Amino acid sequence: MHIPDGFLDIKTAMISGALAAVGLGVALRKVRQQIPARRVPLIGLAGAFIFAAQMLNFPVAGGTSGHLLGAVLAAVLLGPGAAVIVLSSVLILQCFMFADGGVTALGANLFNMALVAPVVGYGIYRAVSGLVGNSLRGRLCGIAFAAWCSTVAASIACAGQLALAGTVQWSAAFPAMANVHMLIGIGEALITTLVVAALARLRPDLLDEQTEPARPARYGELAAYGLLISIGLAVFIAPFASPWPDGLERVAVKLGFEHKALVTLLGSSPLPDYAVPGLKSVMLSTIIAGCAGTLAAFVLAYVLARFLTPAEAGKRIARARESRP
Amino acid sequence: MNRQLLSPYQHRSSPIHGLPPVWKCAGALIIIFIIVLAPRFAWAVYAGMGGGLVFIALLSRIPPRYLLKRILCLEPFVLGVAVLSLLQADGLYFFLSVLTKSTLCLFSMVLLAGSTPFSELLAVLRRLRVPALLVTTLALTYRYLFLLLEETARMKRARQSRTFTSRRGQAWRSPALVTALLFIRTSERAERVYNAMAARGWRT
Repeated sequence: MHIPDGFLDIKTAMISGALAAVGLGVALRKVRQQIPARRVPLIGLAGAFIFAAQMLNFPVAGGTSGHLLGAVLAAVLLGPGAAVIVLSSVLILQCFMFADGGVTALGANLFNMALVAPVVGYGIYRAVSGLVGNSLRGRLCGIAFAAWCSTVAASIACAGQLALAGTVQWSAAFPAMANVHMLIGIGEALITTLVVAALARLRPDLLDEQTEPARPARYGELAAYGLLISIGLAVFIAPFASPWPDGLERVAVKLGFEHKALVTLLGSSPLPDYAVPGLKSVMLSTIIAGCAGTLAAFVLAYVLARFLTPAEAGKRIARARESRP
Repeated sequence: MNRQLLSPYQHRSSPIHGLPPVWKCAGALIIIFIIVLAPRFAWAVYAGMGGGLVFIALLSRIPPRYLLKRILCLEPFVLGVAVLSLLQADGLYFFLSVLTKSTLCLFSMVLLAGSTPFSELLAVLRRLRVPALLVTTLALTYRYLFLLLEETARMKRARQSRTFTSRRGQAWRSPALVTALLFIRTSERAERVYNAMAARGWRT
């Protein structure tokens, strides 16, 4: 998802650069206020950790392999502000030392992968684990769902930037990026959850370190990031969302034809005035498909969390007692 | 892998290596901005910039094979995004111009990274009044990156030498376990690093 140089025009680069700079500034300020000096080296080393973890390969079908992206992992282990700084430093290092991701696209890359991914992920993680219950199972479920959502959200922001710059058409960029990253997101969710489950088994104290203190202060911070992200999404994606472009239009025409063909096949039209404008129904079906996909991801996340956390010992004993006559 | 990441030619001496790092950074940025801002089909500008970059590369005495390898390593990522631009009217021209632009920019970044140690880039950032916390994070990330990469490789080797067969379900669990262990080791190391830094009088 690293955008190289030459893919963004000056307007897109400037807007995303400004948004990323403000986001990083907020994160730096908040972390300096909230985190004790003792934890500053951990933030630096966590950057190296994410970098090293991205080099570990996970086998995927057909001889290919994937790797961790780490946005949600960093946000869960260190908190959202620290995660923004850690991921930013990884991206800056990749840009300047390893020429991975462009200099002019650095702002866009920071916005997608160091702001949208961890913050969206952290917000969803908190919301879901609050909803399902703050037990380990609820948290793992939240982490799995958040990892999937954050990957998809970052890819959609990336598609929006490429389309706004005029390099790639939205009708090509959006489905390609979103579809691919819906699959990548499943892998990311699986890896992140497995890592956190292993950590919960080995060193549960490391997981709890950042979640307990300074809870009320987080909301203002999250609101600030949320504002930045929604401005970004409004600029990058809103222009394309309303006039649904040609690729889908073609599908719409096709679907319309099929509808008509079906009607003539049946011989009679049950609702002669029922003229569904093809465009609208496609938009609706896209929205429905998106919702269904998200729901499926959530259910999968819950199943994964159940699978990874055995029923609590107390409950198991109680159940055993009940079953005994 | 580590060899390639380590940019082995940063500490040579040449007219380019000897320039002040601020000039090198500014130069690379100016070149990249000219390439990026050039109109889409200004092939003359690209040719001129390409020639200039080759001249700088010759002056810097970095082996051309190394430069070529680094650029080719990164080209797949560029191609992956560029392919999407084929899917439109006049796609091939868009594709070619975008590819040229980003390859030239890659070239200049590889040259900058190849001739400037990271600590000098950090000094430039510090002079530009980038917040200290970010500079510290960057410095620590770079410093411990290679250490952690080696630690990961050691853990991987240890696991491989102990694991007799790997079952299907294990294929994902064991890298996840390695990652978790790596984080535990990282946080323990961070504690030791903090103690050592505090003992030497470090403050945020």
